[in-house]
Formats: sequence, C-alpha cells, structure tokens
Amino acid sequence: MEKILQVNDLHISFDIHAGEVQAVRGVTFDLYKGETLAIVGESGSGKSVTSKALMRLLPTPPSRIKQGEILFEGKDLTKLTDKEMQEIRGKKISMIFQDPMTSLNPTMTIGKQIMEAILKHQNLSKDEARKRAIELLQLVGIKNAELRMKQYPHQFSGGMRQRVVIAIALACNPKILIADEPTTALDVTIQAQILELMKDLQKKLGMSIIFITHDLGVVANMADRVAVMYAGKIVEMGTVDEIFYNPKHPYTWGLLASMPSLDHKDTELYSIPGSPPDLLNPPKGDAFAPRNPYALKIDYELEPPMFQVSDTHYAATWLLHELAPKVEPPAIVRERMKQFADIVARKGGKPRG
Amino acid sequence: MARYTIQRIVYMVITLFIIATLTFFLMKLLPGSPLQNQEKLTPEQRALILKEYGLDKPVPVQYVQYLGNLLQGDLGVSFQYDNRPVTELIGDRIGPSAQLGFQAIVFGTIVGLVLGIFAAIRHNSWEDYTATVIAVIGISVPSFVLAGFLQYFIGVKLQWLPVAFWEGFKYTIMPTLALSVGVIANIARFMRTEMLEVLSSDYILTARAKGISNAGVVVKHAIRNSLIPVITILGPMAVNLMTGTLVIEKIFAVPGLGEQFVRSIELNDYPVIMGTTLFYSALLIFVIFIVDILYGIVDPRIRLAGGKK
Repeated sequence: MEKILQVNDLHISFDIHAGEVQAVRGVTFDLYKGETLAIVGESGSGKSVTSKALMRLLPTPPSRIKQGEILFEGKDLTKLTDKEMQEIRGKKISMIFQDPMTSLNPTMTIGKQIMEAILKHQNLSKDEARKRAIELLQLVGIKNAELRMKQYPHQFSGGMRQRVVIAIALACNPKILIADEPTTALDVTIQAQILELMKDLQKKLGMSIIFITHDLGVVANMADRVAVMYAGKIVEMGTVDEIFYNPKHPYTWGLLASMPSLDHKDTELYSIPGSPPDLLNPPKGDAFAPRNPYALKIDYELEPPMFQVSDTHYAATWLLHELAPKVEPPAIVRERMKQFADIVARKGGKPRG
Repeated sequence: MARYTIQRIVYMVITLFIIATLTFFLMKLLPGSPLQNQEKLTPEQRALILKEYGLDKPVPVQYVQYLGNLLQGDLGVSFQYDNRPVTELIGDRIGPSAQLGFQAIVFGTIVGLVLGIFAAIRHNSWEDYTATVIAVIGISVPSFVLAGFLQYFIGVKLQWLPVAFWEGFKYTIMPTLALSVGVIANIARFMRTEMLEVLSSDYILTARAKGISNAGVVVKHAIRNSLIPVITILGPMAVNLMTGTLVIEKIFAVPGLGEQFVRSIELNDYPVIMGTTLFYSALLIFVIFIVDILYGIVDPRIRLAGGKK
C-alpha cells in the first residue's frame, strides 16, 4: 500500500519556566492511503501534541520540533515556511477538533465559515463557493442546507456542529483528515452517528484518517491500525486485531482491562495504578516501569527497543526479549480478548488481519 | 425588536424623571442663593426678583411647577445671562463640547484598539510591554494633570500648539489628547485581554487549520469577537469622557457646555444647572441605548435572543 505520510523520530518539547517538557519523544509511524490509524493513550501521552504538530498548529514558542521529520508528498513539513504550510492546512491535511461547541466562530454564519476554507484554497467565485458549501452540508447530512448556511453556530446542536466542522475540514477534499477526539464531547447516540458519517465519507472520498482517541470502543469500531502512545512514545503498534487479540505491551493490557463493558456489572472497573511520568524529567529506562506489575530490572535501566511481533505488529517492552520470562496477559485481559472475539463472531464476521 | 425598543424608551423616560427629581432637590440644598453677591439690592427689590422667578414659593411647589414646564419642553431662563432661555444657552455651547467629546472618543477608541490588538498579537514582547505601560499610565494619571503637562511642554516650552482658547482645529488638539488618554488606556487594556482570550480559543485553531493566514485570522475572526466586551465598556467610558470634559474645558478655556455648567453651579443659576444636568443625562442614556443596539449587531446570539417573541 502507498505511504502518504511518514513521521520519523519526531521529538517535540515545550520550553516553560521550569525547564523543557518533552511531550513527544521520538515518534515514528507511517500512514497509508485510505486507512484509518488510531492513536490511543491516556491524557498527556502526547497524542494530541503529535497530531497538532503534523499540522504545525502548536504555538511556537513555547513548543518546538526538536528533531525528526514529517514527510508528506516529498516535503518535510517541519521545514516548510508558514506560508507554505498554509497551503497545506485545510487543503491537503485537515483537522477536526474535540469540542464542536467551541470550535466554530460564534459570530460568523456557518456558510461563511465553510466558504472561507473553499475560497482560500480553490479558485472559485463566491457563488460557486456557496454552491460547494451547500453540497458539503448535504454531504455531511445536514438538511435544509441552504437555510442553514445563513445561521449561526448557536442555532445548531452539538452533533450538527460537529457535522459542520467536518464539512469545513472536507471542503477541499484533503488527503489526510486528522480527528482529535472528535466524539469525546458528544453523547453516545450522536457519537455513533458521527463515527458512521466519518466512515461513510472516507469510503466516498478515499482520504486517510488519523484518529486520536482514548476510547478503545471507538478504536475497535473505526481503525485499521492502532498506535498506543505512552509518555510521548509509541509503545505498541499493530493492526486493530493484533492490538485487541494479541496485545503485547503491559500498558496496552492495562488500557484494555480498564475499558468498561456491559458484561462486567459486578466487578470493580480496573484502572492502571499510579499516574503518568513527569515529562519535565522523563524517567530513565522504560517510562511505564513504575506502573507496570510485570516490570523487569532492566526496565529501570534501559529503554526497551521496538520488538517485532509480526510484519505489522511492534511493541516496545523487554518482555518480548528472548531472555525475558514468559508472561501471559492478566486474566481480565484474556477475558476481554475472548469478548472481542465473541462480538465479532456474533456480528457474523471473523477477526481481520 | 420593536417591543424591546419601546420598553427601553419607557425606561429611559423613567430614568430621566428620577434624575430630574434628585437634581432638583440636591440643587436646592446648595448653599447660597442666586442673589448672594448682590449686596446693593434692597430687601424690596430682592423680594420682587425672587417673586419674578418663582423662588419665593415653597420648594415642593417650585418642583411641581418645574416639572410642568419641563413637560412642555421649557427649561426656563438663565439668571446670569440676561434671561436667555436655557435651551438657547445649551445650543450655543454644545458645539465645542460635542466636537471635543467626539474627537476624543473616536481618536481614543482607534488608538486604544490598535494598541490592544498589537499587544495581544505580540504577546510578551517589548511591544506588548510598551502598550501595557502606556495603559497603566493612562489609567492612573488624571486628565487634568496630563492637561497641565501638555500645556507646559507642548504649549509653553515647545510652542507647537496654542495653550488655550477655541479658535480653530489647532486649538482642539491638546484638549482632545488630554481627554482621550483615559479612553486609549481603558480600551487598550480591555482589547488586549479579550484578544488574548479569543486568540487561544478553539475556533481560532479551526480557522488556522483551514489554512487562513495569521493576519486573516486576526482580522476576520479575532477582532470582531474581542470587540463584544469592549463595546460594553464604551457606555461607562462615554460617561467618564463627559464628566472629564468639565475639567478639561475649564483648563483649556474652551467655551463649552462644561465650562458653563461649572459657572452655573458657582452662581446658583438653577435653571442652567437643571437644564445642563438633564441634557447630559439624556445624552448618556441615549448613548447607552445605542451601545446596547451595537452589542446586538456585533453578537448574533444577543440579537436573536432579543428578537424572539
């Protein structure tokens, strides 16, 4: 498959009074044409920073790209000027954000906000842009598009606003859509509708999606591949089936175990003990070691490299080293893995991959 | 909208009535009388004059009479200026005051907005710090201190501009400057805070994600949204400006309403005090009304909330 985006060894730091916060510490991944890559991790893992860095939307200062490259269409995005970057934003790479209630300008009509993106990148007259904006609204499932064009964001519900945000992002048929927790602020039924819409649009328009989320349920539903981030690094990466049926990293186990499920009414919901490390002073060795019940002595000394599990599956844990003791995932995770298999079986499908 | 407007007008009339009443009785509490410096008058002449102007009657009666005249648009005649009607006196003096106030608010608003916007865009740079210092000075230094300062350096030392009087545009520059510094400072401070807030909001990120240039983001998205709270302070600011005018007109010997107002208080010229106060009040109430309308124009959320039946 064709690679559309390559991120190599990306380091991003924020310079604050207390020192340097190393929010992203060497992230490497590829994005293929037409796929959905989910980046998951808890708050502060660097997933949002990574996604904003791809668009160069982080304020500099305090942030800076310390090292690494972002290759897109033969160009390294980290080296482009502001002006060159503006030509890519919204045209080739678009982004939708977490909270639709605040991500639209309250004093500008919806129509104007969509047309702004069209007029910026396409050589269209105002009338043509208006037509295109109406088409986009219809595309994202907004009825009475012509009337809605003249309305303001406060006249839309949360779900409808997120549809508008998506319409803006799709205005120029981008190659990549970055969705930064696009459904986190929505209630569950609306969440399902928006996810459905995104899948549908991806099928129609063929763009690649980078989906940032902490919700593994959404990941199972949306993603082709998953990157699990912890403390500014990707700790495990694989196809969605590999991550859900054959997870290797203890952090991924923790994430899977802490997922609420309907079959788990009586037991207490699992949570990973401890809290993420302070990235102002990143720990030596594996950043996850202090919270990891399976941590080995070497975890406190040396950072684990990426061990290859299969062609598409990698994990950075010393447990995969040939000399490491063989550890099975905890019972609760094995239980979960079985549940996922059951869900897929009930749907009448079989595990992908 | 019509209903809202009518409601507002009723409130405006009630406010004016309360102001008229309060001012009338407060004014009567002022020490002295309009005849305090006329020692040559005999008691008979005194009584005659007081009767002529209706000042011999008890205060409540005078009040009712005054309100009656007021309803017919009659503000009475001045004691000090040869029985000239108060309306005519205000009409003669309003020109310089209005010009001064207008120049100061326009100049002050524009400069204040520019300073505030720049300070916010260049957050934590020397431009920002300079603007902040200007704002702090402008807020803490009273306009009359600045007026004296300007008169001394620009008027007396450098002789660039005339020190006082009102004989052409050149004469308006220093009083306008003195008057607008407070406006500049307040607007700049507000605009900076608001812009910073708006610039860090999600929809600015959305706009930048569309590929809009930094300048485009500021002009199309940030300024308008930052203006909303700034417009709210324009009302009270207009009040400040008008009370400021009294002092400034006196210092620069501008033949304006403020100068006349101060004199009328010194001489217990009751009809002029009443007339000018009411005129100021009506003007202020009207300005605040306009500000509210503006508010609705800039912010669609308010416009629609007011327009719903």
